[in-house]
Parts: sequence; structure tokens; C-alpha cells
Amino acid sequence: MEKQVGTDRVKRGMAEMQKGGVIMDVVNAEQAKIAEEAGAVAVMALERVPSDIRAAGGVARMADPSITEAIQNAVSIPVMAKARIGHIVEARILEALGVDYIDESEVLTPADEVYHLNKRDYTVPFVCGARDLGEATRRIAEGASMLRTKGEPGTGNIVEAVRHQRLMQAQVRKVVGMSEDELMTEAKNLGAPYEVLLEIKRSGRLPVVNFAAGGIATPADAALMMQLGSDGVFVGSGIFKSENPAKFAKAIVEATTHYQDYALIAKLSKNLGPAMKGIEISSIEAKDRMQERGW
Amino acid sequence: MINIGVLALQGAVREHVKALEAPDVNIIIIKKVEQLKEIEGLVFPGGESTTMRRLINLYGFYEPLKDFAKQKKPIFGTCAGAILMANEIVGQMEPHLSVMDMVVERNAFGRQRESFEALLKMDSIGDDVQGVFIRAPIIKTVGENVQVLARHNGDIVAAQSGPFLACSFHPELTDDYRMHQYFVKMVRESRIHA
Repeated sequence: MEKQVGTDRVKRGMAEMQKGGVIMDVVNAEQAKIAEEAGAVAVMALERVPSDIRAAGGVARMADPSITEAIQNAVSIPVMAKARIGHIVEARILEALGVDYIDESEVLTPADEVYHLNKRDYTVPFVCGARDLGEATRRIAEGASMLRTKGEPGTGNIVEAVRHQRLMQAQVRKVVGMSEDELMTEAKNLGAPYEVLLEIKRSGRLPVVNFAAGGIATPADAALMMQLGSDGVFVGSGIFKSENPAKFAKAIVEATTHYQDYALIAKLSKNLGPAMKGIEISSIEAKDRMQERGW
Repeated sequence: MINIGVLALQGAVREHVKALEAPDVNIIIIKKVEQLKEIEGLVFPGGESTTMRRLINLYGFYEPLKDFAKQKKPIFGTCAGAILMANEIVGQMEPHLSVMDMVVERNAFGRQRESFEALLKMDSIGDDVQGVFIRAPIIKTVGENVQVLARHNGDIVAAQSGPFLACSFHPELTDDYRMHQYFVKMVRESRIHA
């Protein structure tokens, strides 16, 4: 019987299967195995975690394919990888490598300051960051099959991810409560494609899974983001910048599953050692904030 | 009312809850072992089987789930759920819950870019069932008491063994709820026999 690859249902469905889970940034096969062992639902293959990218400065690009391949060979859970915003060829390389999901990511230096990728062109699904419903729906219309908050990557500071998730949820609720004849004006105000807003209004929710990302540093942070309505969490620098990554990773997974079991989260927050140091957002100049990348 | 649970450690739980909805069905989202006592049938959703297994161990679900199966209470597993049910997994030393006499192979069609949709002709369920295969396993072989319900290009993708139903695709991601209705019927009938 005939089969169809790369359909919306297959691409979005892949993200649906990740719900309630933790996706961890890893830079080598050894870290990938620790993540899988701790119960991660997927890993994000990178050359450097966001806090190191921030520290190193310069241009951040797609990871060397040998790193991605080593990670793919090390684990059986899905492997995601990051391409620069608008970098058609990096995305095609990752697709050719057979990664399971591509993150068109503001953590890397954008390759195009005007256009995001036309993600409908690819068989592999994409996840993109968003700060509000306008960005979220533009990415969906370009073909993103999964969203995440941008937060402020590599800071270990949850405040931006909270801001972005709260705003998106509030904007979804507003759209759902509007009458259809008010939607076009809302589309204009948000810079949102009308058809995507209509779909949100009719179904009562975003048409794709929306994870939290950017600044999650503790099990309590992960549980907070779940409580605010995230479908799951990405943890970047938090895990492998902590003192005991294996223990830390397990604690984050458990806190995400049981985000309303406070006695449990208390228990697993004990003696984790210091979390990453973190950066106060106001100390980062606006031009150095990764969330300002993309549009 | 019939109480049916959906194991909610990780994965596509909401979709199963929606697909199971029926006037006489009460759906319970299972996060704690004690809740297993309240239900007559259980769904293992799609997700990541390795993640689910770790959480099954962590929260002491392993033995209670084996007991649930021993009591012949109906279980329906999709994709990762089917992997949890198999008594052998290709390339792995140990199976997970081992409730169904079948051998499964994980990610048998390849990586995500090879994920696909195809129409299936299913015994007991009907024709033109939309199969959504996402990094899907296949059922390599089944034991003699296991009935094959569907194949895709020769590969077994759905099977039933008494109260246990497994498929390698995701009926919960479509609007076609015939498999879920079939499972609800299995749970109803198990109650009559009990």
C-alpha cells in the first residue's frame, strides 16, 4: 500500500510523543548516554551548550556532523540538532544526516536577518522558538511542527521563559474567547496568519506541541514551566553545567512528570549540588539577548 | 460505567483520552500505582518506550502492571506501548512487561524522516484505517495464540492475544476511533466474563 512521508500528522505527531518529557542538550556521545539513562525523551546534539556559546562569543554554527553522528550512534531515543535561522543548507545537511528533528534556533547566530526557513519543504520536522503568539503562529505557518519558548538561553534564569509562556497562553485564551469577526484585526495586531488563529479559536489550543526552553536550571524550574501549561521542557546548559549531571538529569525528568507532587520535588531537589550560576537578564545588553534573534 | 485508564508517565495521553470517550466510559489518567485498582482496562500510549520504562521502575509500576495483565484485564498499547507489551525486543537482552507473545523491532522503518502514513486493512476493525507510523516498531513474529490484525507491506503492525491489543502505529492521532471502540468493547466483554 502507498505510503506518504513528511505529512503534517507525522511531523506534529512526533512532537506529541515527546509530551511530558525532557529534551536535553548534549555535546558528545557520553553525555547523550547519561541523558538517555536519566529518562530524557530526546537529546539535542550541539557543539557547545548555550552558556558556553554565550561565553565564547563569535559566530555559532551548526555542530560538526561527526558530533551529531556520534550522538546518533550512541542512543536509541530521537536526536535533534540545531541549524542557524534561515540557513537552508545547514538544515538540509541535518536532514541528510537523518536527525529526527531540527531546531531552527536563535541560540546560533542567524544566517538570514529577513527570512526564516520554509519548513514545509522538508521531510524532517522543525521546532522553533517564540516569545508571543505572533511569532508562534508565523513559525507554524512556515511549517514548524513544534514550538518552544525562547526564554533567554544559557542564563539559568527562568524569568524570560515564564514571560513568554504566560504571554502565549494569555494570547491563546484571548483568541479562543473572541468572536470570529474580531479575528482579522487580532491577526493584524499580532502579525499572525489569520488561518492559524482561526484554527486556534476552533480547537481551543495551539495546533502544535509547545515546550518550555531557555533558562531552566532546577527541577523546580521544570515543574514551574509544566504548571504554566508547557507540554514538556528543553534543558540546555542546566544539566551538564551542574556538579552531578546524572543525578541532576534524573531529578529534572521526575519533576517534569510529577510537576504537582511538591513533596516529591522537595525530595529530589535535596543535595543536588549548586545549579549553574546564572545571569540576571538586565545585565545582558539588549543586543546580546538571544531571544531578540528571529522575528 | 466502565473505568479505563491511560498510563500517563509520558507521551500522547490526551489523544487517547479523547479517542476513548463514550457515554459509558469513565477515563482515568494513571500517574500513581494505587489508581490501577480503580480500572478495568488500560492503555499504554505512544511516547518513548525507554523513558516510560524508567519511570515504570522508578514509581514501582512494574509488578502492579504485570499483576494487572495476569488478571487478564484488557490492555491496549500503541507504538511505544506495544514495545512495553512484547515478550521479546530485537537487540535487547530483556523485554519490558512481557505480556504478549510477540517479538518487536524498535524503529524498524528507520528515523523520523522515514515516518509515514498509510491506509490499512484490519481484521476485526475494518478497512481504510489510517495508520500513522512515527519512528514505529514492527511486530516481527507472533506466538501461535496471537492473532495478526493488520500488515503493512507484509510486516505485522497490529495484533491481538485475548485481552491484549497492540499496534505499531498511532490511531489516537487520527479522527478514526474504530480501534479504540474495539478496545472499549473488549473491556465491556471482559466484565461480562469476569
